[in-house]
Amino acid sequence: MRIVVIMRQLADLVEELEVNDEASDIDREFVKFVSNEWDEAALEEALCLKAVLGAEVVVCALDEPDVDQTLFTALAKGADRAVKLTGHDPEGWVRGRERARIFAAWSKDNPADLILTGVQAADDLDGQTAGLLAGMLGHPHAAVVVGVEVDGIGMRVHQELGGGIVGESFLGLPAVLGIQAARQAPRYASITRIRQAMQTQTIEEVALDPIVAQRVATVRRLYQPERQSGAQMLEGSASEVADQIVELIRAKGLVRG
Amino acid sequence: MGCAVLVVGEWVVGEIPDVTLELLGKGRRVAGELGGELGIVVQGSNIDLSSLGMADVVYHVAHASLEHYAASAWEEAVMGVVEFVDPKVVLVSTGTVGMDLAGSMAVRLDATLVSYVLAIETAGDSVVCTSQLYGGKLLAETETDQFPLVVTVIPGSFPAAEGRTGGSPRSEVVELDDRLTQVGARPIAVHEPEVAGVDITAAPLLVSVGRGIGSEANVELVQELADAFKAPLSASRPVIDQGWLPKPHQVGKSGKKVTPSVYLSFGISGAPEHLEGMRGAETIIACNTDPHAPIFEVAHYGTTIDLFDLVPEITERLGG
Repeated sequence: MRIVVIMRQLADLVEELEVNDEASDIDREFVKFVSNEWDEAALEEALCLKAVLGAEVVVCALDEPDVDQTLFTALAKGADRAVKLTGHDPEGWVRGRERARIFAAWSKDNPADLILTGVQAADDLDGQTAGLLAGMLGHPHAAVVVGVEVDGIGMRVHQELGGGIVGESFLGLPAVLGIQAARQAPRYASITRIRQAMQTQTIEEVALDPIVAQRVATVRRLYQPERQSGAQMLEGSASEVADQIVELIRAKGLVRG
Repeated sequence: MGCAVLVVGEWVVGEIPDVTLELLGKGRRVAGELGGELGIVVQGSNIDLSSLGMADVVYHVAHASLEHYAASAWEEAVMGVVEFVDPKVVLVSTGTVGMDLAGSMAVRLDATLVSYVLAIETAGDSVVCTSQLYGGKLLAETETDQFPLVVTVIPGSFPAAEGRTGGSPRSEVVELDDRLTQVGARPIAVHEPEVAGVDITAAPLLVSVGRGIGSEANVELVQELADAFKAPLSASRPVIDQGWLPKPHQVGKSGKKVTPSVYLSFGISGAPEHLEGMRGAETIIACNTDPHAPIFEVAHYGTTIDLFDLVPEITERLGG
């Protein structure tokens, strides 16, 4: 069995994001790029399936800032191969439809039994990779997946349907799954192991012809939302703010003693 | 034949979900502006026609593969209706059903897809959508005049009440047995949530922790505060996905909806999915170092003081 995990880099949401002068994209110059956290869950699920089934796990990502770090980390965690696709502008916003087209082009020459990727990414304006890619490859698919078991010639998947309800269904292979959470928290790779992977393993680079995605809505303006009047900010030192918070909660009768 | 807007109904279990009513209400307006009818596609046998009065036509597809939920079967059912109706705009939520169906359908229909939409307006021959990106930190205004257009809408963006009224729609059964029998996916079951030891929905005070806590070891700091308040500790999704707290502690779309008297949050930026689960709290007090964090829009009181400085101070005042 061959499992492909599609990963990507994304602006770190912990940091403040600025918009470029044209208001067409984020200002990418000073942004820290990190691995999309849901892709890390997809990788974890793939590695768990590998442990059960003896599958080959191939991670595949577009060339994007600091993607080598993500790919070597995946190798250190136990992925068998890492592939980096080039041919697009690695410094720009690769729109979702284009991203999916690139992976579809690569997948046609590199078929997998199962393709896993993160359920979503924070800039998925054109839809999520799993559904788009499944449509392009003609594969069955499922999103918001929180459980995967192999069942004969197919898989049983568990999907969150909101409010804690989980839908269980069967689908045939090959399939594409958008992973919300793996069966366990993503494993940790030590710096030593990542360095070891860098010294002993390589990232395979594959150059593809540039793809111009059709059917993409034009971004007229990207902007920060107006702050709603919203919260009254508590002023002062940590000690003074702590006093105010305790008083607010005491006023509700919720501080005992 | 010939609806301008088609809404994808999203019943899986229970009542008609609010998001379907929200889409019907908004769909009514968009259909009017585009000069056509409003249709809704409903799957399975769990249908209450009387609640769909806002639509002009209800397209009903029934098949064994549509009971419960299997993504590819639902997709085939909606595709069958879309091909029959040929709408200009298809509306579905940015929930599981929308994430399942929208991408694949848009590719198969050669349609434009716009996701995470909060607002839709028509402008002449174009549709202008406003989408929420980067966890609510940025908005993107897009324009397209290419139809068909598939739009996935964030639940809660439009009032459900506007989809609740209306007349009595025509009902059409769309026969798709041959297509649905060939789908290689089938539903197995729907599992209701586990009854857990901790019930965060019942507590008058919740102390809640998010990504900003940084590591599992740090969770103890906020747990001590929760213990000092004798309140349960809840969390946003990143903390649960990391395995730092068990699933029954999760607040948000894929966790629990909570309405405590006071919701005291630390290191939660307020992704839309989280806000959906806690904005009904009577008083929200939020601590986050990013002054632009979306949580401050729904919070009543806020502070940007580092939680690692603030939490021990509060715990100390409670004698913890």
